[in-house]
Amino acid sequence: MAIFSLWVINKAGGLVYQRNFADGLAQLTSNEYLVLAGTLHGIHAITSRLSPTGSSSGAQVIEGETFKMTILLTATGTKFVLLTSLAEATADLVLQRVYEAYADAVMKNPFHTPEMPVRSEGFDTRITSLIGTGQP
Amino acid sequence: MATTSKQYKAIGEDLWKSRTDKINSELFSLTYGALVVQLIQDYEDYAVVNKQLEKMGYNIGTRLIEDFLARSSLGRCSDFREVGEVAAKVGFKSFLNITPTVTHSGVPPPSARPTSTVQQSGVPGSSFILTLDENPLAEFVELPDEALEGGLWFSNVLCGVLRGALEMVQMQVQVEFLSDVLRGDESTEIRVTLLKYLEEEVPVGDD
Repeated sequence: MAIFSLWVINKAGGLVYQRNFADGLAQLTSNEYLVLAGTLHGIHAITSRLSPTGSSSGAQVIEGETFKMTILLTATGTKFVLLTSLAEATADLVLQRVYEAYADAVMKNPFHTPEMPVRSEGFDTRITSLIGTGQP
Repeated sequence: MATTSKQYKAIGEDLWKSRTDKINSELFSLTYGALVVQLIQDYEDYAVVNKQLEKMGYNIGTRLIEDFLARSSLGRCSDFREVGEVAAKVGFKSFLNITPTVTHSGVPPPSARPTSTVQQSGVPGSSFILTLDENPLAEFVELPDEALEGGLWFSNVLCGVLRGALEMVQMQVQVEFLSDVLRGDESTEIRVTLLKYLEEEVPVGDD
């Protein structure tokens, strides 16, 4: 039961925020994170077109053997991605709270340029109090 | 998902109540009034002031929409008519504690549209009019004659907010004041016209 990492991807596919919590993930360079985020953005767009039932959102949960990736796509095109252990049940709720924190600490700061990397102490603090160390 | 007008009103009411940091409305009116007066003194041209107010509103709207979506958890509106309902009953209510009445107009969408990617239906050209019974921005305001002659729309920031917010959810709209009680008209009306839906651009081979 652990939360490994949080990514925030803007509507163009660029990574604007990335943070690790519990141990368990390989440490990557910031460039590798950027590439991964862009790849995920592309995959997400493709999955929405793969739907056999007509229009659909993109993938919301991607599961592997050792981890689970939960994606919250907002109506504005921003993606919040939470990487957790398989057992973690609160991913959706956490992502919703992260979105609220983002709307407050990031979007309401008049000096923050939308779609640009997030450099906000307020957001960091909110996320820390929300997720902490990632271990319950 | 909520489809009835009563449900939207309830959501709007809940959102308004759940906001813990409310500000004194007079302070808000005073601040906005000081802003408009300063703009008039700086630009001395009412048409330019209108444009600046709209631009400021646009910047506010592009950010405010995230707060709105995060807190209301409403999904995409299914058509432009619903956009008007949600904007009036949930949007205006949760931020300004007012509920403008909505009047829709425009060609109703045909029943079978063979488009795969457009999730919403609504013909460009359809519009709705928001009629504000009360306007917290203009609480104690009386416009001087020059402002009336110059064509100032005092609360033009609201037009920008609507335009900015809707653009972030892929709708390009034109928003303008039709009438304003500050100008001596009978009611305060804002018309929102859909220009087009912005297709999401998926970057191909983005490296």
